[in-house]
Amino acid sequence: MTNSKQKALILDKPSIDRAMTRVAHEILEKNKGAKDLGLIGIQRGGVHLAKRLAEKIKAIEGVEVPVGSLDITMYRDDLDTRKSQPVPQATDISFDIKEKAIVLVDDVIFTGRTIRAALNSIMDYGRPKRIQLAVLVDRGHRELPIRADFVGKNLPTSAREKVEVSLAEDGLEEKVVIFEE
Amino acid sequence: MALSSKDLLGIKGMAADEIKLILDTAATFKDVSERDIKKVPTLRGKTVINLFYEASTRTRTSFELAGKRLSADVINISTSTSSVTKGETLLDTAQNIEAMKSDIIIVRHSCSGAPEYLAKRLKSSVINAGDGFHEHPTQALLDMFTIREKLGRLDGITVAIVGDILHSRVARSNIYGLTAMGAAVRVCGPPTMIPPGIEKMGAKVFFDMDEAVKGADAVMMLRLQLERQAAGLFPGVREYARLFGLNRARLDRVGKSAIVMHPGPMNRGVEISSDVADNSSVILDQVTNGVAVRMAVMFLLSGGSKAEA
Repeated sequence: MTNSKQKALILDKPSIDRAMTRVAHEILEKNKGAKDLGLIGIQRGGVHLAKRLAEKIKAIEGVEVPVGSLDITMYRDDLDTRKSQPVPQATDISFDIKEKAIVLVDDVIFTGRTIRAALNSIMDYGRPKRIQLAVLVDRGHRELPIRADFVGKNLPTSAREKVEVSLAEDGLEEKVVIFEE
Repeated sequence: MALSSKDLLGIKGMAADEIKLILDTAATFKDVSERDIKKVPTLRGKTVINLFYEASTRTRTSFELAGKRLSADVINISTSTSSVTKGETLLDTAQNIEAMKSDIIIVRHSCSGAPEYLAKRLKSSVINAGDGFHEHPTQALLDMFTIREKLGRLDGITVAIVGDILHSRVARSNIYGLTAMGAAVRVCGPPTMIPPGIEKMGAKVFFDMDEAVKGADAVMMLRLQLERQAAGLFPGVREYARLFGLNRARLDRVGKSAIVMHPGPMNRGVEISSDVADNSSVILDQVTNGVAVRMAVMFLLSGGSKAEA
């Protein structure tokens, strides 16, 4: 399916799980518990990861944290320059984000533009107490002053490379790999 | 994914994939109208012009809201108060508007083909909001969206369209769209109002309404234009209502719970009874869905790199 060469396996299934467990602990540590927490997964890579974090938080702290999904297509900054429009996915935030400590969850942070769009989108839903960011992989190359609070794996990459996260919820073999374009 | 053309002029010739793309996209835009802040920045800075040569409440307001909820700048031109009254031609009007750097022009006109005429000559994207007796693509799209929302699918279902098919651009667009998506379409009305050859479009013709709606999954009633009586196309409103109107008794005879639709505005007591319209129809859902569908169309037409215009 790809005409890219070289592949390096960065994280396998157990490594992904350990990273997520650590991230869940870090979220609870930084927020001093799960009070007023809300997790929002960014479509599409962050949605499953957000649910996993919620499950881990429940296992650690015994608290059920609300989980939502956010599609940022309508807030992208590149709609004018793309050859075709992306099809928006569902946004489902069924809890009130007012006064909540929101943790945005995504699989990979790269230029930071997706997160910028997510911040603008969240603000249209209400005024949260604070917003933090959890990602599975930080691959560098930020084009905006945006950083993640919780990182599963720091992965220096070259701009030509492509990072792909495959999750079991999508019916794939669970792994994080690097492709060379 | 992208639409294959810079304009939306009609449903005829649209691939099922494209129709599905619009309907899927509309589903996510419907959420925007349910939020407290009914706005997304998607078309920020874009200029949308409603150029309506015919009167309209519903369609024009729907397009205006769709554009505004996408953060576009929307201007309404109704020709009765414009220089068209001084004899300015269609092309001059449109070119003058485009000279003000419009991005999308939405046209409703009494001449079939007017939007296509403009689309060929303008760089802006042209959306047909109803041209003559030809097509009304966004109405058909919102109708299909509503049917799909209520019944779960479009392929394999049966839709009966009842009324003045001859003069209906809504009927034509719906026939093209529904058949492309795999639905079976029946048309019904007085023989004076069924165009000869409509079977070639894939619709089955009925002159008896009870037969036409029996077992149908959706019944779409069209407005009876009362002026047609003066032209001798039907003998009287009461006779029309008796033979082709949808009332409770007739709806019960359909044999299953069919959804009842009407593009509006409706003549209560003529093509549809107040009871059916108020208690058993999805007419207001159609209106709500219209905004979402029009948002989706504008979104899909507005993207794209300038280099490939």
